[in-house]
Amino acid sequence: MAFTSMMGARVTRREDPRLITGRSTYVDDVKLVGTTYAAFVRSPFAHAKITRIDVSAAKASPGVLAAFTADDMRNVGDVPTAPQIEGLKVPKHPPLARGRVAYAGEPVVAVIAETPAAARDAADLVEVEYEELPAVVDLERAVAGAPYVHDEFGTNIAFTMEINGGDTESAFKNAAVTVSERLLNQRLAPVSIEPRGMVAHWEPGPQHLTLWSSTQIPHLLRTQMAVALGIPEHRVRSIAPEVGGGFGSKLDVYAEEIVAAFASRALDRPVKYVETRSESFMATVHGRDQIDLVEIAADRDGRISGLKVKILANLGAYHQLLTPAIPTLTALMVPGAYDIKNVAVTLHGLFTTEVPTDAYRGAGRPEATYLIERAIDLLAAKLGMDPAEVRRRNLIKKEQFPYASAVGLTYDTGDYHAAFEKALQLAGYDALRKEQEHGRSEGRLLGIGLSSYVEVCGMGPSSALPAPGWGSATVRMEPTGRVTVMTGASPHGQGEETTFAQMVSDRLGVPIDDVVVLHGDSAIVQYGIGTFGSRSTAVDGAALYRALDTVREKAMKIAAHQMEANVGDLEFKNGKIAVKGNPEKAMSIGEVAFAAFRGLNLPPDVEPGLEATRRFEPPNFVYPFGTHVCVVEIERATGAVKVLKYVAVDDCGNIINPMIVEGQIHGGIAQGLSQALYEEIVYDENGQLTNGSLLQYAVPHAGQLPMYELDRTVTPTDVNPMGIKGVGEAGTIGATPAVVNAVVDALAPFGIVNMDMPCKPERVWRVMSGHDGETNEKAAKS
Amino acid sequence: MKRSISVTVNGAKWTGDVEPRTLLVYFLRDTLGLTGTHVGCDTSSCGACTVLLDGQSVKSCTLLAVQADGESVTTIEGIGDAEHLHPVQTAFWEEHGLQCGYCTPGMIVSACDLLQRNPDPSEAEIREALSGNLCRCTGYQNIVKAVQHAAAAMRAPKMERERVGAPAD
Repeated sequence: MAFTSMMGARVTRREDPRLITGRSTYVDDVKLVGTTYAAFVRSPFAHAKITRIDVSAAKASPGVLAAFTADDMRNVGDVPTAPQIEGLKVPKHPPLARGRVAYAGEPVVAVIAETPAAARDAADLVEVEYEELPAVVDLERAVAGAPYVHDEFGTNIAFTMEINGGDTESAFKNAAVTVSERLLNQRLAPVSIEPRGMVAHWEPGPQHLTLWSSTQIPHLLRTQMAVALGIPEHRVRSIAPEVGGGFGSKLDVYAEEIVAAFASRALDRPVKYVETRSESFMATVHGRDQIDLVEIAADRDGRISGLKVKILANLGAYHQLLTPAIPTLTALMVPGAYDIKNVAVTLHGLFTTEVPTDAYRGAGRPEATYLIERAIDLLAAKLGMDPAEVRRRNLIKKEQFPYASAVGLTYDTGDYHAAFEKALQLAGYDALRKEQEHGRSEGRLLGIGLSSYVEVCGMGPSSALPAPGWGSATVRMEPTGRVTVMTGASPHGQGEETTFAQMVSDRLGVPIDDVVVLHGDSAIVQYGIGTFGSRSTAVDGAALYRALDTVREKAMKIAAHQMEANVGDLEFKNGKIAVKGNPEKAMSIGEVAFAAFRGLNLPPDVEPGLEATRRFEPPNFVYPFGTHVCVVEIERATGAVKVLKYVAVDDCGNIINPMIVEGQIHGGIAQGLSQALYEEIVYDENGQLTNGSLLQYAVPHAGQLPMYELDRTVTPTDVNPMGIKGVGEAGTIGATPAVVNAVVDALAPFGIVNMDMPCKPERVWRVMSGHDGETNEKAAKS
Repeated sequence: MKRSISVTVNGAKWTGDVEPRTLLVYFLRDTLGLTGTHVGCDTSSCGACTVLLDGQSVKSCTLLAVQADGESVTTIEGIGDAEHLHPVQTAFWEEHGLQCGYCTPGMIVSACDLLQRNPDPSEAEIREALSGNLCRCTGYQNIVKAVQHAAAAMRAPKMERERVGAPAD
């Protein structure tokens, strides 16, 4: 790949002028004449039979146009799910609850009115009678048997997956040491600052539906809406306007989207719905939520010979688009960045009476990284070794790539030791250990945590995904020489309007201001799979790279003909197609574009126009990696954890725009760190969400997060022509165990080797106090 | 029963009737069409709706429109436009202080409020001042840098004036 001044440059974002001036259009800013508003009546119970619904008072309320129940939507399809896992149990999931509810917050009735307030007021007049059923919230009880979330299955186990690589039993039998631990990976709420929203507009004349949605997957949404509603797909247009963050939660097709479209068609009026934050907590997918039993076998030198993992994954009440697929990514990544030949994984995906889980930044890989990185520290503690040394001895070596993991993945490229040593050096690891020793002698609770991660992203080969995995791009040279790019990615903060324009500028030699990148509208853009799984640049960017190649080739042919030269005698240089050795004889790509448009003096075998649409089917995933170092100090009196230092060395292959890459890593670390220290969704034993608002759920503010010190190594991938891996989730995946390892390390004087997340002050204080007494207090001070 | 109010928004006076229960944020967004002010929660926690009321930052979801009667309001649209960016807006752009952009208008308004009170804030003071504005994308580092950058840029002309001995304004 050519690296001109554009590639690798800190180009400020072309998205930003509209965003920093408040002149952008998010879904809630879409205003259509005649818009009506939806409000949802949601189940107050986690699990219940619906015995009666009376919407008569709501319908009689001023300004109300309709109140829909499941009975009105008999001909509408279920909320869709994609994974095809062997033996997967798929419960019925009607957009409005039919006869029973399975989580608190499940939509039961939709009220449509002239104003949001009228809809909300009328929703409160709907009467629903329930007959409560037992809640299912405890994973270890759910796996054991009744009560069941879905009686028709006679089990809460939606699927079981077993992976065996090597001979794990022998490895454990012959091991000098083994350690085991039960690790909780708590439930989290994604909390994009823009809640979910949609506007559905059915036009009875052309029989056409337009759906504006705060989605990460406009085209997949369009297909699924067409299927659910029985509207021919070419009469559905899906638009993702400006989208205010997603983190996986908008990689989905939601009940409310189907209901809004159904209601618009029933009423011949536009229907808008934007969830409140409280509704978002109870009805937008959550992430994580696993119990992981991990066992590791090693020799006395800390070389790991075997790994056994049992995963209990909380799927929630129903399968959203990718729900069951998420924990399978955990299963596939449990060996992490380490050369472990013998691995056995058992995964149970479990139904509970909670809102479904699905993709949330990292989606299955943070759980894998957490369990292996905690296990490494447990092993180090048991052997009395430095956790850095245990990692050093087990990391996959550079010469082992491409590396076939014991669970069947092929890691593309890597130099894990290089990133690891660079991170230790940047952090001043040895000095930190000395400072810690000295600090401990003064009673300070200092902890140093490491995490060496590898993650699987660039989703991905179609054959390995429950949905298509290819990327798409169109490059269109306009007659005036401007370039229009249409990408199948659907960025919502990741900055591809800038990075893709950098690629175009680099490959076609046009000023970046002459390039516009369009996305997120099925009527404008060729089918695209969307933005998720750190895939946009590695996959849709690769398609763009190909489309640029095709445009270049055609431009060369046209230029050769026009300049009466042979293609072989031309070179594409400094934005000009010139005859080699005769730079005076040259055409710019803009001049070629005009010639192609005008249709005069073209080669006989060349069609007019200069435009290409290309797709890229990735032959493999890509595997970014890195090492994070976190230093914390715990306040003994309160249990408060302060992050003193955070160092991250990440490797995502080649980089188009370091500013944007660093921004992705910052945000990723923030979310990973926040899982370690602050966030958890808590359902009580009745399946009631106890902290479903931003007053109770701790999304960190600026004062609760540190500065991050970043560096990188660059190991290009061979999976795509640019050598680029993904970076959207790497920070999150690397961060959580680094922080928890640091907290646990700080608590080592108390004899503590593990604690559950989030390590919030109260919990840290209790852990310290539980092991406390005078002896430990003295031990901590001695 | 609608109430008549008169309010100056981004320098333009508006007089008319509003429902007493209308929150200031919905008045700005729905009545005036100033959709740069966003709604991100229902507990006055996220700060996406932050505007200046008589020069001081407020969460416009926490006030009723009728409480702005007789006052002046500045929204993100009034802070600056693409041709006339405010130094804080420029700094957010140059320091990559935003990703999805949803929290950004409120974040910029809060930063403006801070810098008019404290032209040279420390990192801790910036983090404290922005603690009522949640961002889920950036991890805050580049937001902090943007505010530091803006503070320096806004101080610079004054220092320049002092250096050449020109009268302060």
